This record gives sequence, structure tokens and C-alpha cells, in this order.
Amino acid sequence: MTAPVIGVLALQGDVREHLVALRAGGAEAVTVRRPAELADVDGLVVPGGESTTMAKLADRFGLLGPLRDAVRGGLPAFGSCAGMIMLADRVLDAPADQQTVGGLDVVVRRNAFGRQVDSFETEVEVEGVPGGPVHAVFIRAPWVEEVGPGVEVLGRVVGGPADGKIVAVRQGRLVATSFHPELTGDSRVHAMFVGLVRAILARDLSSDGAGVGAGSEGRVSL
Amino acid sequence: MTQNDPSTPDLPTGTGTGTGTDRVKRGMAEQLKGGVIMDVVTAEQARIAEDAGAVAVMALERVPADIRAQGGIARMSDPDMIESIIDAVSIPVMAKARIGHFVEAQVLQALGVDYIDESEVLTPADEAHHIVKTDFTVPFVCGATDLGEALRRIAEGAAMIRSKGEAGTGNVVEATRHMRALRRGILTLGNLDETELFVAAKELRAPHDLVVEVALTGKLPVVLFTAGGIATPADAAMMMQLGAEGVFVGSGIFKSGDPAQRAAAIVQATTFFDDPAVVAKVSRGLGEPMVGINVSTLPESERYATRGW
Repeated sequence: MTAPVIGVLALQGDVREHLVALRAGGAEAVTVRRPAELADVDGLVVPGGESTTMAKLADRFGLLGPLRDAVRGGLPAFGSCAGMIMLADRVLDAPADQQTVGGLDVVVRRNAFGRQVDSFETEVEVEGVPGGPVHAVFIRAPWVEEVGPGVEVLGRVVGGPADGKIVAVRQGRLVATSFHPELTGDSRVHAMFVGLVRAILARDLSSDGAGVGAGSEGRVSL
Repeated sequence: MTQNDPSTPDLPTGTGTGTGTDRVKRGMAEQLKGGVIMDVVTAEQARIAEDAGAVAVMALERVPADIRAQGGIARMSDPDMIESIIDAVSIPVMAKARIGHFVEAQVLQALGVDYIDESEVLTPADEAHHIVKTDFTVPFVCGATDLGEALRRIAEGAAMIRSKGEAGTGNVVEATRHMRALRRGILTLGNLDETELFVAAKELRAPHDLVVEVALTGKLPVVLFTAGGIATPADAAMMMQLGAEGVFVGSGIFKSGDPAQRAAAIVQATTFFDDPAVVAKVSRGLGEPMVGINVSTLPESERYATRGW
């Protein structure tokens, strides 16, 4: 099988680390800064970075509309940290005019864990990622405050002041983490997303998209 | 140190946990990449910077151009002023401590700033020693004019490096010199064998393990930004093409005719640094840039880049 082509939104942030992790996870990884480049990818990663900056640049360069259309049209997407904020339908503690791509029926709180001195790393068990907990790096990270009915919680913080907070979610073709799997050298979360993109490509090819949600891959509903 | 290095994602999973780890400090800088960090002196300026798309602001009492003009001792800013900026924006807030002034750094950490710049723009507090940055939870960025200086700062715990340039001049020539020197230093190490790397470490006056790491990876173990004299979108794009991973703009924005528009233009030119059509488009109608100083006419005592050891 040929590798799926996954784009990394390259307006600002830790783009390079996501490209490396996606390649390790089995994808062909490319950068996306223009609407035309978005049209050529099978999946999209919205990286870590500064969500206010990313949203403003996306808006100024006419990318926000195409991003929203693509995600609404079924483009699989994975966001880490700022990327989670960009994929969220609702954001707390953001400037009043902050725009997002949306698609994930969640409420995300920006900088929820505190300032940089509160940034930390720990282990988080992520559903759908085999091989034990992932090492999770939280940097001025958001958390998910509320999830809509179609959203699956994949991971929570265990222990400490933020015990039980939701930090990994999935809704159909969208995955988001509060933390940065791209900073650890462990590409399992990216491999899970690449697997999701592969499954969707296979499904869309075999049924022209009509079979969404009725899979043979066990609990994975696309 | 290598194990906690976020810039080499092919390394095995680390085991560090908690706050203030190398990975958390360096990882914070990774999130700023491709962005512009702007000097601001008031909450109002901080809001303009955030609105223009800055990835962070640097809170300080006087921009370098004013420090030059007014003279005297330049110190850490008033905590009230830093707090007012922290309250005004949701993006990260950095602040400057004097070289070697570890108590200013302790104060800034207590105030909750997100990054400390141990900066040659302020008057040095110690003429031999820099702050031992590994002692802190908050990460530090430090200036460097060449590879040896960058690696000495990283050995002390700097989690991010910026080329020094010559702050407050609006003249990009020194930033160019330092970016080229850093790049040349890195490229040179890549061509040396194991035996030669011992000599290189001696000549660079830098720890051997860091010298070997740079030789193997072809890059600094931390994020590299540029600073000092960047005044136009084209300046920012040129520094990015020379290998900078992001840009600090000090006096260049709020000493210009139309700060909001210039700030937004520099942000866009930094993202599309390799697309001259975009740089041309955003460079139109920006009004007056800051006036600028010819660096070659600056007496040695007024050159900030020579501060730091």
C-alpha cells in the first residue's frame, strides 16, 4: 500500500517535529501553507504553536475558509496543543475575536494548566495507542473542559492538581491531544492517526464514502 | 542532556517527569518557531502585538533604541509593568534580566513570566559569570555572536538561543554577521572527524559533548532565533533564509510610523520568508521605518553585542 499523504499546517509552530513523527508513523509528510496545498493531502496535522498567531495567519492568507470546508467535508485531522484549540468548536480564555477551524464538539480551555513554569511532562494512557502509556509533554497546554455526545475521551491526566482532566479526544475523523507527542521521539500517536487516515482512504475507495461508520476495524467508526 | 532533546525526535522516549525539565523548557521554544517576538513597553503595545500575530511579547521598560538615546544603567523592568502586560495578553510574556543578575531572574520567575532573556541590551551585572540557568524552572533565552558562545550558554542551561545583532540600531548588518557565523560554525563541525572535534571544542571554548552533538545533528540542540536590528519584513525574511527559526523585533516596530501594520507585515514575512511575492506584498505602504544607526560609527563602549562572555 502506498503511504498516505499527510499535510502539516506550516503557518507557525513545531512543524518539523510533526513531519518527522508522521514519517516515522508511516506517512508521506508535506507542509501546507496555501489552499492549493491543502487540496493535495489525505489528512492534516495542526501542530503545536501559538493558536492566536496560527488563526490570524490562516485568516489573512485565505486559508481559514478552505480549512473549515476541508474538515467539514471529512478530511481527517489531528491537532496537538494549539492544534487542539484550532480544531475545537468552542474556546475559553482566548481573545474575544479568536477564530478556529472547528469540527470537534468540545469546549477547550487555553493555557489551562497555567503559565510556562507550570508546564510539565508525565505519562498518559491513550486509548487506541498500544504498548503502554505515552510520555506526554504539556507546554502552556489546554485541556478539554466539556465534550459533546459524539466525542470519545481517549486520555486523562492521572494524579497531580489536574487529576482527571481530559487531554486526548476523538470524534470520527478528528483527533486532538493537549500534549505534544511530536516532542518525545515516540511516534505511536502519529502512527494511530496515520492508521486512521489509511482506514478512511481504504473505506472511501471501496464504498465511495458511503460506508462511513460501519467498519470491520472493530470499534473504529469513521 | 541528549535524551531530553526535543530537536532530535528519533531518540528513544525520555523518562523525565515534572516541571522545569530540559524538554519542557526547550519544547516551549519549539512552539514559538516560525513566529515573531515583539518588544513592548506598555499593555497597550502588548495588545497591538498580540493582535498583529506575535507569538510572544518581551516586556521591558525601554526599547533598546531608547536605552541607547537616554543612556544610564538599564535594568530589569518594574514588576507592576510586567504584571500589567501579563494581564493584558494571552500569549507568552518574556522579560529581560541583566547578564549574571540571578536575583532579577528569581524575581521574574516569581512574577510568572514565561521566558527570561538574559540580555546584553541591559547593563551587565557580572563581568565574568552568566546566570546558572539550570537552577530555574522558567526557561532562558540568551544571545550569541558565534557557535562557541551559543554552546557556552546552552551548557549553562539556556533553552533557546538568539543571534545578538546590534539591538536598537535598526541596522541588520550585525544580525547577518552573527547568523552567518553560527551557521558557518555548525557546518564546519559537520566536516570534522572525532579527533578534530576535541580541538574544535577547545577552540570554541565549549563543552565537548555539545560540540559532538552539533556535529552529528547539524543544528543547535535548542531553537535558534535572530535579533538585533530587524526593522522591515525583508530583514525578517532574510534572517529566516539564513537559518533563523524565528525573529525577535525590538525597537523596529514601535519606533516606526505605523506599528500595527508593520508588526503584522513582519509576522507574515516571517511565515512566507521563502516567497518573495508575499514579502513584496506586505512591504507596501508601511510608512516610515525606524531611523536607524550606522553600526560602524558606534564606539566600542556602545556596542551591546560585545557584552557576554
